[in-house]
Amino acid sequence: MTTFGTQKAGRIELRDIAIHLPGKQRFEAVRNIGTTIAGGEFVSIIGPSGCGKSTLLNAVAGYLKPSSGRLHVDGEAVSGPGSDRGMVFQHHSLLPWRTALDNVAFGLKMSGVGRRERRARAEEFLRLVGLAEFSDRYPAQLSGGMQQRVEIARVLINNPRVVLMDEPFGALDAQTRERMQQLLLEIWGRLQPTVLFVTHDIDEALVLSDRVLVMTHRPGRIREEILVDLRRPRPEDITVSPDFIALKKRCLALVQDEVRQSLVGGLEAARIELPVEA
Amino acid sequence: MSASSIALSAASTTATPPAVPEIPATGLVTKWRAALRLDRVALRVLALILCVALWQAASVHHLDLGVLTFRFVPAPTEVAAAAWALFQSPKLSAHVTNSLIRVFAGFGVAALLGIALGLVIGRSRRLEDALLPPLEVLRPIPGVAWIPLAILMFPSSELSMIFITFMGALFPVLLNTIHGVEAIDRRLVASSRSLGAGRWSVFAEVVLPGALPSIVTGLAIGMGTSWFCLVTAEMIAGQYGIGYYTWESYTLQNYADIVVGMLFIGAFGMASSGLIKLVGRLLMPWHRIQERHT
Repeated sequence: MTTFGTQKAGRIELRDIAIHLPGKQRFEAVRNIGTTIAGGEFVSIIGPSGCGKSTLLNAVAGYLKPSSGRLHVDGEAVSGPGSDRGMVFQHHSLLPWRTALDNVAFGLKMSGVGRRERRARAEEFLRLVGLAEFSDRYPAQLSGGMQQRVEIARVLINNPRVVLMDEPFGALDAQTRERMQQLLLEIWGRLQPTVLFVTHDIDEALVLSDRVLVMTHRPGRIREEILVDLRRPRPEDITVSPDFIALKKRCLALVQDEVRQSLVGGLEAARIELPVEA
Repeated sequence: MSASSIALSAASTTATPPAVPEIPATGLVTKWRAALRLDRVALRVLALILCVALWQAASVHHLDLGVLTFRFVPAPTEVAAAAWALFQSPKLSAHVTNSLIRVFAGFGVAALLGIALGLVIGRSRRLEDALLPPLEVLRPIPGVAWIPLAILMFPSSELSMIFITFMGALFPVLLNTIHGVEAIDRRLVASSRSLGAGRWSVFAEVVLPGALPSIVTGLAIGMGTSWFCLVTAEMIAGQYGIGYYTWESYTLQNYADIVVGMLFIGAFGMASSGLIKLVGRLLMPWHRIQERHT
């Protein structure tokens, strides 16, 4: 992985970002977003539904363009999607006509790596997510958790500086979700990409992240940045430790306050259709 | 009735997709399924035999229903005799090859053009606005209405005939391709771009395979309509061709031969559509798996 001096790659700079979404009523999804995410940092975004979390993520991915502000990754303006910024959606977006192995190898194929080498490396990454023996399966033959693991392997094989995750475990059952969180932390510890993680699950955000950004109701702004100074590796019972509970209370209070405000001020806003992501 | 409903419910319990692959089918369920399938085949054959028997009775007794009369309709036995005569005839291979060439030439061009146009129209709203309206105007015009113009437009009658089979196949292929492209999950395109796919790769790796099931359906339907237009096409001219043979039999009042020609066209159309579906299945092993699991 390339490094910039002593700093790790994958530094995301957001300066005064506003994003308007097109539609019947063009509306402001996020406003005045400013923060810097260090290379290799794990940052989660939480907030009331419809606050523009996913919209912000889609802008970093390059799927949509901010209407104003500066959005830079490692000093370069984001001008479209690229393999340096991998995206994982809530529901897998694997190619149904490719086997698990070929799905993982897809990124290498795009960058012109030869067939034999890319298959060998794809096998390595399937092993990393514990799916070595499922390489010949088509996505439809895998369970939801397995599909997400293939998806993650497929993103990581490109050695991205930034991994963007939009509620990646939101559709999984509780047990699978916990296993996936541990797996993600393990892989993140090993490969050290910057992770920007959208979730509505406060526990998940606190277990995983170095920092949690709490967003306001629409148009989403950053209400507060919460530093999660819990020692790593974090044990499984961390969710019942006093420090964790204190952080959780803070997050909960902020999110609930935002939800309340959005309900009070948002009777007409609620009638606006939420945009379909990506 | 009760036996088949039990078998049906047994089949549906195994059809619910488990999280893990490989549907566990017990021996009993498999047997039920096999019995059910055999049952259905028997019923289908029986229905076919019954229809032919009714036809035979109606023709032999010159059934007259007022608006509909069987007085001139040849009986199945006469048709069988006529078919046998055609099989003996040296002209048969000339009829068949001429028709095959016309259908496959028209269908081939329609397939290439229909898929290519469908892909670009499906991907670009601007091209859709530019190309689709004129095509929509042409779509409802039946093959027979094209005959005079086809004769005027093409230097040889052979080309005019191919043109008519082409018009028959074009729209099913085109519309199914457009539909297939437009139905592709946009997230697939988005995530492939995030994995480094450029414009062309998105097309080759995502759009084309994503639209393929729909394209194959369009090709199978187009193949059928192409045969459908054959009689129309071969009314233009010619000495050979199954459609020509059918039309000539009518003008010569060989009524049994008309039916032979009709059955030939039906059989060839069905066989070529089946061939396309078979090739499609071989090209898309993932498609059946996906259907089974969703």
